[in-house]
Amino acid sequence: MTATTTAPRPTTEQARPRRNRRSGSWLLRRLPWWIVTLVLLGGVLLWIYPFLWMVSASLKDPLEIFGSGLNLLPDTLLWENYTRAWVDADFSRYMWNTVVVTVVTVALVVIRCAMAGYAIGRYDFAGRKVVVVVLVATLFVPTGYTIIPVVEISQQLGLLNSLTGVILALTGGGHVAMILLYWGYFRQIPKELEESAVVDGAGFFTIFFRIMLPLAMPVTATATLLTFLSTWNAFFLPLVFTFSRPDLRTLSVGMQAFVGENTTDWSGMAAAATLSLLPVVILFVVLQRHFVKGLAGAIKQ
Amino acid sequence: MSVVAAPRRTQLWVWLLLTPTVVVYGVYTVYPIVASYWYSLVEWNGFEATKTFVGLRNYQEVFGDHLFWNAFWITVLFVVVVVPAKVVLTLLLAILLNSPKLPFATFFRTAFFLPVVTTTAIVGVVMQFVFDPASGPINQLLVKIGLLDQGVNFLGDSSAALWTVAGVYVWKWFGITMIYWLAALQTVPEEVYEAARIDGAGAWQLLRRITLPLLKPFAVIIALLSIESALKIFDLMQTMTGGGPFYSTEVMEIYIYRWAFTATIPQLGYASAAAVLFGMFVCVVGLLQLLGVRAVQRARVER
Repeated sequence: MTATTTAPRPTTEQARPRRNRRSGSWLLRRLPWWIVTLVLLGGVLLWIYPFLWMVSASLKDPLEIFGSGLNLLPDTLLWENYTRAWVDADFSRYMWNTVVVTVVTVALVVIRCAMAGYAIGRYDFAGRKVVVVVLVATLFVPTGYTIIPVVEISQQLGLLNSLTGVILALTGGGHVAMILLYWGYFRQIPKELEESAVVDGAGFFTIFFRIMLPLAMPVTATATLLTFLSTWNAFFLPLVFTFSRPDLRTLSVGMQAFVGENTTDWSGMAAAATLSLLPVVILFVVLQRHFVKGLAGAIKQ
Repeated sequence: MSVVAAPRRTQLWVWLLLTPTVVVYGVYTVYPIVASYWYSLVEWNGFEATKTFVGLRNYQEVFGDHLFWNAFWITVLFVVVVVPAKVVLTLLLAILLNSPKLPFATFFRTAFFLPVVTTTAIVGVVMQFVFDPASGPINQLLVKIGLLDQGVNFLGDSSAALWTVAGVYVWKWFGITMIYWLAALQTVPEEVYEAARIDGAGAWQLLRRITLPLLKPFAVIIALLSIESALKIFDLMQTMTGGGPFYSTEVMEIYIYRWAFTATIPQLGYASAAAVLFGMFVCVVGLLQLLGVRAVQRARVER
């Protein structure tokens, strides 16, 4: 379809920019690809160096970090930095909190968005317009805008200093984009599919859970990854919810506090950071293609 | 389309499916939006439940506070610097990576994407050390190659801190914009290029006359997403500078956070007024852009 919009206008394209073409395309065509590759390799170094530096610092003596900051290979490998972060600084606990919060939130968000997207995408019902308008109007709400009432209401519900409170608040915020993704996907599934299911005697929920939800697997994969990333990395909300309960901190909040409390323990900091980032990085490397495909799919819609 | 008017019984099921969203989204997003308006009209210190109605006084005070305007303009400046840098550079990178002639394209993609999956708050803390004036690797490198005599206090100097965080922000979120562009580039059908090549178009022509015009609708969406997320920067700024030194990096979300949670006597009403104003601003920016998206789409249909 796009082909027809551009292809049938060759006359103007040929007629005008003769001169322009020569100088421009000459540069691009002669530009050897290996120079580009070298430049990009330089960029890559810039992109991964902070991670390499962090891992190397996590195995160094604090004095060594101070003395030879650029050297990536430690003199001796000090694994006890990790013990210190994992046991003494409570990172085992933060890791557990983060895993619990992330797993439950992702599950809740994905199922609730799938259900909402299906309802809005396929049915015309009383109040549909209101739901749609509210969702679209709140697409871009910043966390800072809602945080005060969220804390207030959580306090009244007795959920302020609890993981349940964090999970519910994370589940209830944002995620409109996810509903829109499901909406778009469910909308384009042909009606006949449902009709034949009804003929076969399937009820509303059977159709949704046994036919529609499995069909939406690609969207579910995208939604899961996006929610996983945003929840695992969440900072503002867990920070505010755990002011008075350090034992409920997640990794990102614990990290912040770690630096505040141990200003001089650089090796411990680096070890803690490595521990905190390792699970996502491993997951990303393993699922790399799906990550990229999922995000790409989201923008194409 | 296939949206069908549902019979009465089905309507019940439909609303049942919507219930979880209505409940949690209602409680944690819709209600807070409405409640913020009410909170912004009261004086309330956060320690007690008593809220005294003060009318528009909070707004008056917010408007009169030069630190509010400071935060507002810093946020705008941050967006203006960060978004074009990120959007344009990633487009160039994506065009390179999209070329079948480039070796190791997958490797490059993975490397540039790596910071995206890492936790922002943790990256912020690590960057504090990377930019440390005495022993951070950046300063050590600059001193070693002779560019500097002694380390620069990248985060402790009020004229440098915002730019440092802006640089790290671009670094951190580079990969995601790159992926968006790559996805957009893949929607351009190969036949269009072939047809143009037969017509004698060179690489530069292909880029200028075909790739870029076809990317226009995506450009609007990618800019929208980038602007919206840059407006809401909190994690990175809070963990790298905490808004300092001397409020030189205090963006809107940190301003609100400071008044609501870290002030000696929290001013929740005052913070709510600032939050409402900020929320309105974000919405207006988003709305204008959505209108832009629609205009672009309409222009495309007409063509």
